[in-house]
Amino acid sequence: MMTAMQRVLTAMGQQEPDRVPLFLFPTMHGAKELGLSIREYFSRAEYVVEGQIRLLAKYRGDCLSAFYYASLEVEAFGGDTLFFDNGPPNAGEPIIRHDEDIDYLEPPRVMEAAGLVRGLETIRGLKERVGDTVPIIGVAISPFSLPVMQMGFDRYIELIYEQPVRFARLMAVNQTFCLEWANAQMAAGATAICYFDPLSSTTNIPRELYLKTGHRVAVETLRQIQGPAATHLASGRGLGIVDDLLATGTAAVGVSALEDLADWKAAARNRFTLIGNLNGVEMRRWTAAQAESEVKTAIAKAGRGGGFILSDNHGEIPWQVPDDVLLAIRDALDRWGRYPLDWLE
Amino acid sequence: MDKLALEFYEALALLDRPRVEALFQQAISQKVPMQVVEELITPLLIRLGDEWSAGKIALSQIYMASRICEDIVERVLPAMAVERKAYPPMAIVVLNDYHTLGKRIVLSVMQASGFDVLDYGRMDVDALVGRILADGVKYLLVSVLMLPAALKVKTLRAALDARGAQVRIVVGGAPFLFDSELWREVGADAMGCNAADAVTIVQRWREEAA
Repeated sequence: MMTAMQRVLTAMGQQEPDRVPLFLFPTMHGAKELGLSIREYFSRAEYVVEGQIRLLAKYRGDCLSAFYYASLEVEAFGGDTLFFDNGPPNAGEPIIRHDEDIDYLEPPRVMEAAGLVRGLETIRGLKERVGDTVPIIGVAISPFSLPVMQMGFDRYIELIYEQPVRFARLMAVNQTFCLEWANAQMAAGATAICYFDPLSSTTNIPRELYLKTGHRVAVETLRQIQGPAATHLASGRGLGIVDDLLATGTAAVGVSALEDLADWKAAARNRFTLIGNLNGVEMRRWTAAQAESEVKTAIAKAGRGGGFILSDNHGEIPWQVPDDVLLAIRDALDRWGRYPLDWLE
Repeated sequence: MDKLALEFYEALALLDRPRVEALFQQAISQKVPMQVVEELITPLLIRLGDEWSAGKIALSQIYMASRICEDIVERVLPAMAVERKAYPPMAIVVLNDYHTLGKRIVLSVMQASGFDVLDYGRMDVDALVGRILADGVKYLLVSVLMLPAALKVKTLRAALDARGAQVRIVVGGAPFLFDSELWREVGADAMGCNAADAVTIVQRWREEAA
């Protein structure tokens, strides 16, 4: 039997491993395992390490995630985080309150940001526990998508359209920060970086604008990340920019539940790996039979020839998804995900 | 109006504000402003909304287009204009967090379509119920991005029912798009798949009440 690392690397090499790899990202469920609130859970690296290790054993997935929550990066810029009892922490008030603030914005240093240091400790702790047997996924918000939290989505859209000079400066600051953060995670032991870039999705901006903005930023950024990167559009559509995404140098793409995995498989042509696309919101109320049906459908559409990792469509399993569903997904994978996929013939 | 509507649509899709403004001026030289809003602006915003739902255009285009329309309509139909008062009091809100883009777009589309909508910003359930009762709001538009905020609508519905408030709730946002049964689960009266759906839902409610 392959290790999780061998399985994932084989799939990403566009070959068929022993079974379809599973990337579950139950980032908050570790708090349940440890009997902690979500806020307490994310307050110490050892909690997240222990939570991730327990979830790995429980759901038998093929990766560990060092992701805390998106606004951890905004905290580094001096922002606040709002914690909730039943969902992911969110960014508080924007740190860029006036457009002019961008003119004076400086990239924070990773080692001076307590939250990011905790993230690095988490990666080191996970690496000590699993060595090279299980991939450890680090996460960096793309320089292009981070401003949604830094200044608010509406003002940021206006900035993109109306203030190209300030937009360029903001990208430069964010890129410096993103590279230091991503490369620090690689140095701490991450196997790959999930380049979280929802704004680049065609759900959010048109392709023509993406090519002039998020695409350029991604090309420059991914080239300088010292390891493989997977791009996640966080439930946003991406079929209209498949070749553009590939041109950024990404090794994999997270696929939305709003799009058909079969269309993605045809478009990818084994040039990069697909990650997805189980519907995390619906998953909350799936029966075991539904879970099996969804897993089977996803594998049928994208499993052949490798290049596919079963996952949810957002990169984070909602807090409300019960254990039974996640275990049913795993059981279904055992039943239908073993290569060769003879049942498809 | 058909040729004008086509030109207006093309200008709006290109976010060509001067051209949009010139075409709007041309339209109101021929008809009263509210008629232009109902016959020209609202159908185009609904069309853009449908195109977003179908994945043909992006959210940034909807946002910028709706802001342009909101601006030009505001000039001829200010917030307190008599023409805007034909509907029961209505308000829009974001529950709890700072994901306000959806609300901003819906508000722009509603304002550009001639509605008078109270903007409650972001509020928690308790404060929101008090405000709804004080303002006599009959239609409430709730925008969410995160699943926990969507589930909070259930608490809101229960709190309004407990106070005997007759309020119809329309919800919209990502969780509802990804789970088509969620709006019923949380006790909403309707769900909008895009910003312009809010217009058609509110219009339908008024027709039902007539």
